[in-house]
Amino acid sequence: MSQFQWSSPWIWGIGFSSLILAMPTGLVFASFIYPQFDVWQHLFNTVLSDYVFNSLCLAFGVGALVILIGTPLAWCISRYDFVGRKHLQWLVLLPMSMPAYIIAYTYTGMLDFAGPTQSWLRSQFNWEYGDYYFPEIRSLTGAILMLALVLYPYVYLLARTAFNEQPRSLEDTAKSLGVSSYTYWFKVVLPLARPAILMGTALAMMEAFADYGTVQYFGVSTFTTGIFRTWFGLNNGMAAAQLAAMLTGFVILLLFVEYFSRRKVKYYFQSQVAKTKQRVKLNNGAGLVVFVLCFIPVILGFLLPFVQLMNWAIDTFHEQFNQSFLKLAWNSFILASIASMVAVSIALLFGYGKRLNQFKFIQVLVGMVSLGYAVPGTVIAIGALISLSWLDLRLNEVTESLFNISVGLVLSGSLFSLILVYSSRFLAVALHNIETGLARIKPSMDDAARSLGYKPILILKTIHIPLLKTSVLSALLLVFVDVLKELPATLILRPFNFNTLSIKAFELASDERLADAALPALAIVLVGVLPVILLTKIIDKPVHD
Amino acid sequence: MLNLHHASVAYKNEVVVDNVSINLLAGQIGCLLGPSGCGKTSILRAIAGFERLSSGSLALRDTVVSDTHVMVPAEARKVGVVFQDYALFPHLTVAENITFGLHQQQKALKQQRMLELLKLVGLFGYENRRPHELSGGQQQRVALARAMAPKPDLLLLDEPFSSLDAELRDDLAKDIRSILKHENTTALMVTHDQHEAFAMADLIGVMSAGQIFQWSNAYSLYHKPVNKFVASFIGDGVFLKAQAQPHNMIESDLGEFELSSEYSFKVGSRLEFLVRPDDVIHDDSSNTLAKVVSRSFQGSHILYELELQVESKQIVLCLALSHHDHRVDEMFGIRLDIEHLIVFTTDI
Repeated sequence: MSQFQWSSPWIWGIGFSSLILAMPTGLVFASFIYPQFDVWQHLFNTVLSDYVFNSLCLAFGVGALVILIGTPLAWCISRYDFVGRKHLQWLVLLPMSMPAYIIAYTYTGMLDFAGPTQSWLRSQFNWEYGDYYFPEIRSLTGAILMLALVLYPYVYLLARTAFNEQPRSLEDTAKSLGVSSYTYWFKVVLPLARPAILMGTALAMMEAFADYGTVQYFGVSTFTTGIFRTWFGLNNGMAAAQLAAMLTGFVILLLFVEYFSRRKVKYYFQSQVAKTKQRVKLNNGAGLVVFVLCFIPVILGFLLPFVQLMNWAIDTFHEQFNQSFLKLAWNSFILASIASMVAVSIALLFGYGKRLNQFKFIQVLVGMVSLGYAVPGTVIAIGALISLSWLDLRLNEVTESLFNISVGLVLSGSLFSLILVYSSRFLAVALHNIETGLARIKPSMDDAARSLGYKPILILKTIHIPLLKTSVLSALLLVFVDVLKELPATLILRPFNFNTLSIKAFELASDERLADAALPALAIVLVGVLPVILLTKIIDKPVHD
Repeated sequence: MLNLHHASVAYKNEVVVDNVSINLLAGQIGCLLGPSGCGKTSILRAIAGFERLSSGSLALRDTVVSDTHVMVPAEARKVGVVFQDYALFPHLTVAENITFGLHQQQKALKQQRMLELLKLVGLFGYENRRPHELSGGQQQRVALARAMAPKPDLLLLDEPFSSLDAELRDDLAKDIRSILKHENTTALMVTHDQHEAFAMADLIGVMSAGQIFQWSNAYSLYHKPVNKFVASFIGDGVFLKAQAQPHNMIESDLGEFELSSEYSFKVGSRLEFLVRPDDVIHDDSSNTLAKVVSRSFQGSHILYELELQVESKQIVLCLALSHHDHRVDEMFGIRLDIEHLIVFTTDI
């Protein structure tokens, strides 16, 4: 422990970046100093109960469904050996590459009255409109289904690790104590995996709360669509910010669940060096059944919508693949590249700051700022827009009085605001990777290199850069893809006339030009597959067999 | 070679090393021995150049490298370090790890030194492996070879055996001692295990609470401890109460003994003297009987814990040949046979 020093450049660097990153979210909470009674009265009498009810239903519906899909999937893949298991391990992660709003409009295209499914049914049975019942995909239930189909991998990944790490000795002990395998499952396996499952569920529920594209497209009123409506419909930024604060309140509750689960996961699985259990080999018949069951989420969450997108994209390719599409792709690429580099640079600053200065202050600051992943993009965007517009006004006042020129909306109307929001929201992703990488470089390695005659700058070159390279690259990739997929914040903050792939896909789909939306959507999905491959490489490493 | 003179190390305002002096001649192997948290690793880090001295001075090869004004950085000290966790670079091969400190030398020289060290530490043929492909003992030897490659003036070893199996430790300690002696390396090791210290070191410093109580060889530590801490930390043994008598005699539950001339106590002072298990002799002809409280079989010997059959009921340890087989609660005769009494006063 070193002494707290105000002179340390780390303190200033980290303090300043944290302040900027936390500003939007902080401002959202500060919005309550200007209470908007009349708007709230109006909201309360009309739509507020809808917002709360629908958002809660969405989050809990998604939560329940991801547990139901993710847990059995993880159990089968971690405990049984069957034909195709190895490939299934990564196939089931593919839905992660599908943004929810893309899968939502793809399914709409497939299941709508005019879509292939209903058309086929009508021609097959000679039905007319009104002759039959067909579930409406554009509903709250539909939104829950869509989100769960792409979010279950959170639960799957964490539960799978938890199941994998349960030592064989536990089951042997239970057997030697005369416990049946049924009792063992409910008394040992499930309680031990519960924190991991809860953690994954909490993460999926946070995403559900944050979703804008799906619910907007399906016409379900939730907090996020409400925030948009209050801002752009009622033209009341403060009330929108207050709604955003309320939404964040729900998310904070989830954050607590996640935090305590994470602590338990650590506690349950500390220093388990024991052998993990051998997988039970299934015979061909049973193996086939399990494979097919496990494959269903892949079909529904990835293959089916992917094939549909491909179809549309091929149909529309000659008219959609043009100069303006390339412009979109280039915009997205530039935006995601800058954002990922900024986020990773900040993560490096934080990671090294934490490593080199064991001040409580820095640790707490870094911990706080990296909670941004939990805050919905809409919320951060609203906060950024309000705070940056205010700063722009002040800035223009200053430049006008000093130089008699106005610089315009340099902060709120430029890419700066987007980069700020992306960094704030995706810092945790980058930081997690950087910290994992840094943990591999033990402090004694620095000491060892110094005792062998290396100056600090040379140590950075020969030890740190080679060892951190992969972590930095994967952090860049993950943030890049997250930015590419991000929708609501980009919608709110993009500069005038600046479009990205995600925005174009969403706009075209909202205009019912589903087939035309396929090309930009497909581009996002294909790039999104990259981190899934990366993740597969990481989890494919043998645990301790 | 190494001259640490009245040195102290402090973190914040807490003094962790307090006025410590050490001298090592070229080729000598020293050891700091003490319980965890006694400050021994801080001394090592100060010598390596990772910590500053808060007072005193440190000289290597008669040149001061650290005192309250001077601070030669670690990379310029020519001090090799073998870390407790080995700190091998995971992205480099064994050969690259070993030659890491030879970056300014020619390729052929590097190669030659690397092969020489690989042979010395018995890892010939492993040069293209990576650290994670090696066992703990092999990693440790790579760490040793890496630290020795640039022929440092002084080699520091921080708990070098702590993460190894007990059986490996003794063998490796002997191996490393002969490697160090072969290269005529001056070395200072830190450990909490006295067996390691005895197996490795020429000179041992027993430490507690930031101070070195005694800096001498293993024989003196065992037979001539300077204080009660050293006496109880090194080897087994108990302290028996005694009282000073005229003519430099002392009286105890196990009889009267004469003190050597180095001691002189006021008659009647209350004293304690050290009784090692091998000082208590199993003797059927003795009138002094003791009752077996517990026993542990050690092959050729049995270590008995005995209760003296006098009012004080003091406990002594007795190392008897294992054919003297007694059960718990049995009694047998003992006699004390101490060549050199170690006596401490309990008066304050």
